[in-house]
Amino acid sequence: MQVTARGAGAGPSPLLGLLGGFIAELRRAGLPVSLTEHLDATEAARHVPLDDREAFKFALAATLVKHHAHWQAFETVFEVYFSLRGAEYEPDGDSWADDVDPAELLDPRGEGRGAPLSEDAFARLLFAALLRGDQAQLRAAARRAVQRYGGMAPGRPVGGTYYLYRTLRSLGLEDMLERLLETTREQAGRPLTPLEERLERDEMESRIERLRKEVEAEIRRRLVADRGTEAMARTLRKPLPEDVEFVHATREEMEALRKAIHPLTRKLAARLSRRRRHRSRGVLDFRRTIRQSLSYGGVPAEPRFRYKRPAKPEIMVIADISGSVAAFARFTLHLVYAISSHFSKVRSFVFIDGLDEVTDLFETSDDITEAVHRVNTSADVVWVDGHSDYGHALGVFWDRYGRSVNPRTTVMVLGDARNNYHASGSWVMRELQRKARRVFWLNPEPRSYWDTGDSIMSEYSAHCDGTFEVRTLRHLERFVEQTF
Amino acid sequence: MGHRFAGVGAVRDGLDGVQYLADEGIAGVVYLADRLAKPVLVEGPAGTGKTQLAKSTAEMCGARLIRLQCYEGIDESKALYEWNYKKQLLRIQAESQTWDEVSDDIFSEEFLLTRPLLEAIRATDPVVLLVDEVDRVEVETEALLLEILSDYQVSIPELGTVEAAQIPLVFLTSNSTRELSEALKRRCLYLYIDYPGLEREREIVHTKVPGISQSLADEVARIVRSVRQLELKKAPSVSETLDWARTLVLLGVEHVDAEAAAETVQVLLKHRSDIEKALKELSTGDARSSGLPR
Repeated sequence: MQVTARGAGAGPSPLLGLLGGFIAELRRAGLPVSLTEHLDATEAARHVPLDDREAFKFALAATLVKHHAHWQAFETVFEVYFSLRGAEYEPDGDSWADDVDPAELLDPRGEGRGAPLSEDAFARLLFAALLRGDQAQLRAAARRAVQRYGGMAPGRPVGGTYYLYRTLRSLGLEDMLERLLETTREQAGRPLTPLEERLERDEMESRIERLRKEVEAEIRRRLVADRGTEAMARTLRKPLPEDVEFVHATREEMEALRKAIHPLTRKLAARLSRRRRHRSRGVLDFRRTIRQSLSYGGVPAEPRFRYKRPAKPEIMVIADISGSVAAFARFTLHLVYAISSHFSKVRSFVFIDGLDEVTDLFETSDDITEAVHRVNTSADVVWVDGHSDYGHALGVFWDRYGRSVNPRTTVMVLGDARNNYHASGSWVMRELQRKARRVFWLNPEPRSYWDTGDSIMSEYSAHCDGTFEVRTLRHLERFVEQTF
Repeated sequence: MGHRFAGVGAVRDGLDGVQYLADEGIAGVVYLADRLAKPVLVEGPAGTGKTQLAKSTAEMCGARLIRLQCYEGIDESKALYEWNYKKQLLRIQAESQTWDEVSDDIFSEEFLLTRPLLEAIRATDPVVLLVDEVDRVEVETEALLLEILSDYQVSIPELGTVEAAQIPLVFLTSNSTRELSEALKRRCLYLYIDYPGLEREREIVHTKVPGISQSLADEVARIVRSVRQLELKKAPSVSETLDWARTLVLLGVEHVDAEAAAETVQVLLKHRSDIEKALKELSTGDARSSGLPR
C-alpha cells in the first residue's frame, strides 16, 4: 500500500521503476530482500545525489544486502541495471583521440594522435598504462581493447565469455607479467631482493587483474546496451556461493567456495559449542538439592541439577576422492577437521579403488588446506585402474580397520556410490552398522540421480542410519548442525 | 529534525578530522544512518575498525558515546533497566503509608536504574549508542534490541513507554560468529568493513603512526597486502599493521628488507605456522611457488 502511495506521489518516476526491476532481479538471484528493505532503498535513493554512482551503489547496498557473501551477486546485478550510459560511453566512438583525454594516454613519442593507432603502438600504450598503474588509463585501455579485438557486433548470439576470451588473448597478457617485471628490474638499476621481487609481482598481478576486470565490465556494458537489461541479467545470474553444487563447480566458483568455507566452519563451531553449553542442564539432582538446602534452614531455595556430559563421538570419515567427487570430499573433510574439537577422535580414510588412512596428514599439519593437498598427492589410493571401486575399498577398510570400529564410533561415508559395475561390498556396511553407533552416507548427487547408471546407492543405504543429499555448502552445514 | 551531516563528503571530511579514514562506503552509510534515522549493523573481520567507527563518529559529532558490551547471558536488567530493589525496600519500611500510596510510589523513576540502552534513549544531550559484538548474545535476547532499534522507545510495564528525546546514532558491531536474525538485520543498515585496499591502508598507516616516512608506509602497506593474499589462519588486521609500523619506526628501520621483516613479523602475525609460512613465501620472491593448489 505504501509503495503505491509513494509511487503515486512522486509520479511514475523512471527511477522507481528501474529500482523495482533491480530488486526483483536481486530476489531472483537468491537475495532475500523484504518489502521493508525495498522501501528503505527507495527512501535512501532520495537522499544521495543520483549523479554520484558510487554513493548510490553503497546506499542501495546498505539497505538491500545484509550478508557479505551476497555482495558479489549484488554488484553484478548493479552493473547491469545501472551501467554507465553517458555519451562518452557510447559503444561506437571510433577515434582514439575523441575517446580519451590525450594527455592521459600520451604516447611516449607523440605519434598516433587522432589517427587510428597501429597494433604495435596500442600494445606499447597498454604496457605503459600497466607500468604506471593508473586506473583511468587502464579503463581507457580496456575500452579501447574491447573495441579493437572483441569483435562485438549487435545481435550476435554469443556469450560474454567468448568476447572476453577473444579480447584477452589478443592483448597477450600471458607474458605481460614477466615483461613488466623485467622493466621494473631495469628501472631499479640493480638486482631486486626476493622480497622486493615478490612485492612487485603482487603489485603487477593486481594491475593486470584490474585491467581484466575493466575489460569484463566494458564487455558487459556493451552487451547490456545491445541486448537490454533483463536479458543480460538473466544470463549473468549465478548461484550464491553456498548454493553452488560441488560436483559442477567451475574453477572460479571453487575459489569462492574455498573462501566461503572458512567463515562457515567458524560459525558452525561457535554454534555447536553454544548448543552444548545450553543443553547441559539436566534433571533435578535430589541429593545435592537437599544438601544445598541445609544452608537455607532446610528450604530448598536453590535447586541443583544433574549436568549431562554430552558424549563426544568418535568419527571415522571414509571419503571417495576420485575425480568426480573429489571437491565434495575435500570440503567435507575440511569441515570435519575444523570442528574436530567436538569429537573425541577423528580418523579419516580416503579411497579410489584402494584405501589409505590419512589421519596423520591432518594431525601433523596445522593447515587444513595443505593437509588436503597432501592427501591428494601422497595417499596411496589407487589399486588397479584408478576408477572408484567401493566394494574393494570397503573390503580393505573392514580388513584393516574394522576392529577399531566400536559402539562410540560414528561412520561417515562420502561418495556418489557410482561403483563402475564392480561388486558392491555392501556386507561391509551391514557389519559397520552392527558395530558402530551410527552410519551416515553423504552423497553429492541429487536424490533423483541415485540408483541411475552405475550408482548403487540403495544397496548401501539399506545399511545406513541416514543418507543425505549434500550438494552444496548449505546442505553440508545443515547436515552437521542436525547431526552433531 | 535537523540533520547532522550535509552530505557524504561532509561525513568523510569530518571523520578525516578525527583521524578515521573512511572510504566511500563507510561515509555513505553513516550519512544514510542519519538521514533515514536507522541503526547501522557493522560486520567484518576483527581489527578493521568497526568499534573505532562508532567512537570516531561520536567524537566527530561531539556526542557522548554510550556503549553496551554484549556477552553471552546478558539480559534486560543489564541492557535496559532494573528496579532498585534495595531502595524500594527502604522506601516501604521508612514510612507507614497506605498500601496504595506505596505501591504507586516505589515504581517511579526515582527507583529506576537505567542501563545503556535506556540511557541512550533518555539522553537529552547528543549521544552515539554502540552495541558491541552483538553476535555474542543469544537469538532470544536479540529481541530485547528490536523495539529500541525500530521505534527508539522502551516499554517498561510499570511506567509505560519511554520514548526517545532525540534519535541517537546507533552502531551495532558483529564478528559474525553467528548469523543474526532476519528481524534484526531488517531494521538496520548493513555495512561490511573489509581489509582496506592498498592506498587506503597506506594512508591509515601514514596518519596513525607518527614519524613514519611516506616510503616506509608504502612498503608496510604493500607487504601486508601480500601477506593477506597467503592462506593464513589469521590474516593481519589493520590494528596489527599499525602496531607493526610503530615497531619499525621505534627500531629506526627506514627500509623493510627480508631481515627486518623476519625480526619483527611476530607483531603482525600471531600463529607460529602463519609466521613460518609468511617468511618462507616472502623470501622466495617467486609467487605461487609453494605448490599449493590455488
